[in-house]
Amino acid sequence: MKLTALKIGSSGIIKDFTDLNLSVKLMEMGCLPGERITFERVAPLGDPIAVSIAGYQLSLRKEEAATIIVEGL
Amino acid sequence: MRVALVGNPNTGKSTLFNSLTGLNQKVGNFPGITVDKKTGTTKLPNGKHVEIIDLPGCYSLYPKSRDEAIVLEVLTNPKNASHPDLIVVVVDATNLKRNLLLFTQVADLKIPIILALNMSDAARKEKILIDVDKMSQKLGVQVVPISARKNENIELLKQAIADAPGIALQKQSIEVCEIAPALISQIKQDIRIKEDYVALLLAHQHEILDYLTEEESNHIESLEQANAFQPQHSQTKETIARYDFISTVLQESVKQMPKNIAETPTGKIDRILTHRVWGFVSFLAILLLIFQAIFAWAEYPMGLIESFFAWLDEIGRQYIPEGVLADLLLDGILAGLGGVLVFIPQIAILFGFIAILEDTGYMARITFLMDKIMRKVGLNGKSVVPMIGGLACAVPSIMATRNIESWKDRIITIMVTPLISCAARLPVYTLLISLVVPNDKIWGFFNLQGLALMGMYLIGTIGAIVVAWVMKKVIKTKEKSYFILELPVYRAPRWKNVFLTMYEKVKTFVLQVGKVIIAMSIVLWVLATYGPPGRMEAIEEKYQTEDYVNNYSEEERQFLESAEKLENSYVGILGKTIEPAIRPLGFDWKIGIALITSFAAREVFVGTMATIYSVEEPEDDTSTIRQKMLSSKDSITGEPIYTVASAFSLMIFYAFAMQCISTIAVVHRETKSWKWPIIQLTYMTALAYFSSLLVFQLLK
Repeated sequence: MKLTALKIGSSGIIKDFTDLNLSVKLMEMGCLPGERITFERVAPLGDPIAVSIAGYQLSLRKEEAATIIVEGL
Repeated sequence: MRVALVGNPNTGKSTLFNSLTGLNQKVGNFPGITVDKKTGTTKLPNGKHVEIIDLPGCYSLYPKSRDEAIVLEVLTNPKNASHPDLIVVVVDATNLKRNLLLFTQVADLKIPIILALNMSDAARKEKILIDVDKMSQKLGVQVVPISARKNENIELLKQAIADAPGIALQKQSIEVCEIAPALISQIKQDIRIKEDYVALLLAHQHEILDYLTEEESNHIESLEQANAFQPQHSQTKETIARYDFISTVLQESVKQMPKNIAETPTGKIDRILTHRVWGFVSFLAILLLIFQAIFAWAEYPMGLIESFFAWLDEIGRQYIPEGVLADLLLDGILAGLGGVLVFIPQIAILFGFIAILEDTGYMARITFLMDKIMRKVGLNGKSVVPMIGGLACAVPSIMATRNIESWKDRIITIMVTPLISCAARLPVYTLLISLVVPNDKIWGFFNLQGLALMGMYLIGTIGAIVVAWVMKKVIKTKEKSYFILELPVYRAPRWKNVFLTMYEKVKTFVLQVGKVIIAMSIVLWVLATYGPPGRMEAIEEKYQTEDYVNNYSEEERQFLESAEKLENSYVGILGKTIEPAIRPLGFDWKIGIALITSFAAREVFVGTMATIYSVEEPEDDTSTIRQKMLSSKDSITGEPIYTVASAFSLMIFYAFAMQCISTIAVVHRETKSWKWPIIQLTYMTALAYFSSLLVFQLLK
């Protein structure tokens, strides 16, 4: 499922990406297949979102986050 | 020896740089681009002095923006003027995994390298146990745990620098050659590159690296084609391999409890600061605080500066013999300078707040809150920082737009940032507001003048948003824009850094702008004192005739004579020439002159006013500019010039007009053409003229 389909506060394991260009940038920031990613919160206006990955917080636009495929935990 | 500091953003790298170099740091330029080059020197325990260069923070050697590309340039080109002999990679010890990616990349460049684990104090607090020796052994480099903020182990780091080997001894992190074996060896051979990883990076980045010739770049491209090189797949393989290596290293040398971000102090604070309601409330509160601070807290030091210059003028009159020199020094230079220096407290407070916002990590939250709105009007969430910077000065803010990857978002941000009321407009606003807005409180707390000031800022901001929205519709491009922003842990501001920033920025503002102002003041004084040949003498003679001597007091005659001289000077003639065009806006020729001189820099308006009124009034009168302006009357109607209508019309003009040569220059540099600065100049002038016209006709 897409990362954005997770409920706020829950986590998933990254499986794959749907955008090659974006995936490279995301991986550099620590979003690797097999890593646990947690959907922390949404910005007040609905976009962007904040996730925690590799021990820190990263903010992504929903359209960016939607390219990350995770397996829910 | 030259040592380069490299590291992710938010790792305290600049704090370390300040610790090492103290006050002997310089801010310079990398040739060809406008990223700041920060260099300094430090003394090692063995007495040797080394040069330290602070390279821009980046997450990876694969640049996300032009800022980051300079790191790649400097580190991969041995002939680059800033190429280091030793690299110190600064990492955040509480965030090792992602931080080490850059380390492994830089290590593979095979330049001698040291790993500095910064924020070790925070790591200890979080009970992160790092076996420094083990890590050092696995990486093959010296590892030094430090805390730049607490000044911990800085001497140890210096010792490590002194002990650093002359050749690269770091262990291999990944098998770079396995990623694209044939291509790498061909590039190594043909372009004469020694290291595998440098060759691989050239394959990815040859288009943006300046030190390659076009021939070399094209050749690399053809080699890539021949080998069916796929950059993204290569980078994916490389990144995954690097993180695998990092994981093994961390597994064996670091023990830490898994972190639940939501339960950390930062997570808890974020629940409030990014809350649907409280997030915006706190953001607005902070902005309001900044405005109130600029207006109210600066009052006292401003008063002091004003008095100081009035005193200097008195002393000057006493000791400098009357004549051209005295007039030039006191009426030209001193008056102009004083009128601008008086605003240093406000500028310092503004820059100070911006520095605090960045240092604490809150700036990223502002971007987080505002991105969605910003996108609707064709801007990027990352545009918030340049536009907030625009509150201080559009020049560095426009340079800060380099961080915005999307060309369209970036150009729009550059086009509208000057509409945000910058510090230079502040002298104009506060002067005009203090003339026509009473210094009363409404609702017991809000200062009426403060509210008027805030109103002007709001107008500038709304103007920026509207223009951005229009440009979004008009400018066509098919580029993508990425967001991907780190939300750093909240930290207390590093006050030394904040003050250093304030000092640096004020110094730059004063020196850069000060030069322009003094030059303008002299030119202006000359143009305002001298006129077409013969006129001045004729006027002097006129006021000595019997008619005038019998009917007017000495003081009255002096006043009339000065006024008439001014009208007949070159400045007066020019102002009168444009007067018909600006009368509908509520302006007279004196304001006309100020509009012209303000083209150099907006705050020259104040210096111009000071000069014009100093020259006009008899010499031994030292009342301040405000009083003189208030008593100034329209020569035709006899009414006061500065009414609510004309003052606001003038402020609106300044809000929207493109009055800053420095901005034009920097936009030209950033867009590499004259097309955009000209577009900007045209649309802003038109906007200013017609808005001003509207306001005056409505309010009068």
